[in-house]
Amino acid sequence: MSVSHVLLGVLAGGPAHGYDLKRAHDERFPATKAMLYGQVYSALQRLQRDNLVEVVETVQGGGPERTVYALTEAGHAELASWLEATEPAGPYAADELVRKTVTALWRGADTVDFLRRQRAVHLDRMRELLALQASVSDETARIAVDHTIFHLDADLRWLEAAAARVADAQQTTTPREAKA
Amino acid sequence: MSEIQFEARGVRKAYGRTEALRGVSLTIGAGEIVAVSGPSGSGKSTLMLALAGVIRPEAGEIVYDGARLDDLAEAQRTRLRRRQFGVVLQFGQLVPELTAVQNVALPLLLERHDRAAARRLALGQLERLGALDLADALPGELSGGEAQRVAAARALVTGPRVIFADEPTGALDTVGGERLLDTLLSAARENDATVVMVTHDNRVAAHADREIFLRDGVIA
Repeated sequence: MSVSHVLLGVLAGGPAHGYDLKRAHDERFPATKAMLYGQVYSALQRLQRDNLVEVVETVQGGGPERTVYALTEAGHAELASWLEATEPAGPYAADELVRKTVTALWRGADTVDFLRRQRAVHLDRMRELLALQASVSDETARIAVDHTIFHLDADLRWLEAAAARVADAQQTTTPREAKA
Repeated sequence: MSEIQFEARGVRKAYGRTEALRGVSLTIGAGEIVAVSGPSGSGKSTLMLALAGVIRPEAGEIVYDGARLDDLAEAQRTRLRRRQFGVVLQFGQLVPELTAVQNVALPLLLERHDRAAARRLALGQLERLGALDLADALPGELSGGEAQRVAAARALVTGPRVIFADEPTGALDTVGGERLLDTLLSAARENDATVVMVTHDNRVAAHADREIFLRDGVIA
């Protein structure tokens, strides 16, 4: 329900319609996928069903009808309790990078070339994100981008540690094998 | 790539029985910002010092601006470093007995600039790095980040063609490091200076146009 909570957070600043909510979401999380209008409206419907938001106005202008939503009292309380609660620290699901690297190591594959190419992909993405960060003026958006950059950095350090462990294991097993 | 400024061919360097560089070949274009990264002991700093003419490789060649650098006598390399290179080392490495402004003015005085002019240029450089208020402080009174900023000012004051930086943000937290890096790199871009920075920080490496990744003394 976390995207819905982000919408509650935006509505805490005042009533807004779906387009405003989508734009605010995308501005605050520039490194993530933009929200689709369908996602925004289905989230609003759920929030309305749960009595967390209400329709305060329906604007009819030249264009399509625009429904303006506002936070209810229950919505304020839900937002406050969501912000108050800490998030569980994992367990992290193994993503494709972890699955692939561990499988490659387990099969004894040559990891050097794979690590080099993967590093280039991660660094390119980091470069894009640093450029994005330099182009946005909103500090909270910068902080959201930081999160993605730090995770890429963690991936890179994990890949390096994997390479170091493999090299270490090869060095320590060779003399033992020689003795045997 | 722009015009080639540095070319290394088969560079080797050992410290006792430890081979720091085992045949490194590369080119760096003028005005390029390059990160040299890799695990500890992979030869990053040795490569930077060899390119800067501080240490001499045992084998291979280093060409700077079309001429052999590794062949030059010590005095000639020193002169070249003073006139064309700026160096920022981890933790600043300032002269402890001199104030910040005196430290920044030092490369100018070594090149026989007038004392008053050197001081004026040094103050201007400190101001550009947001460190004017530190001018009269001694290095012992500076925080790690402040010392790094003064060291960056010292490296930039001569308007060098090449800036060498070894872990320039090593003593700083993420935000402080980012700020210093932004200042250093925008100063370099303004002057079309080449930057060679050694780092083990992936984020710093991502600020460069290109990464040279070393593993066990060779380019991986």
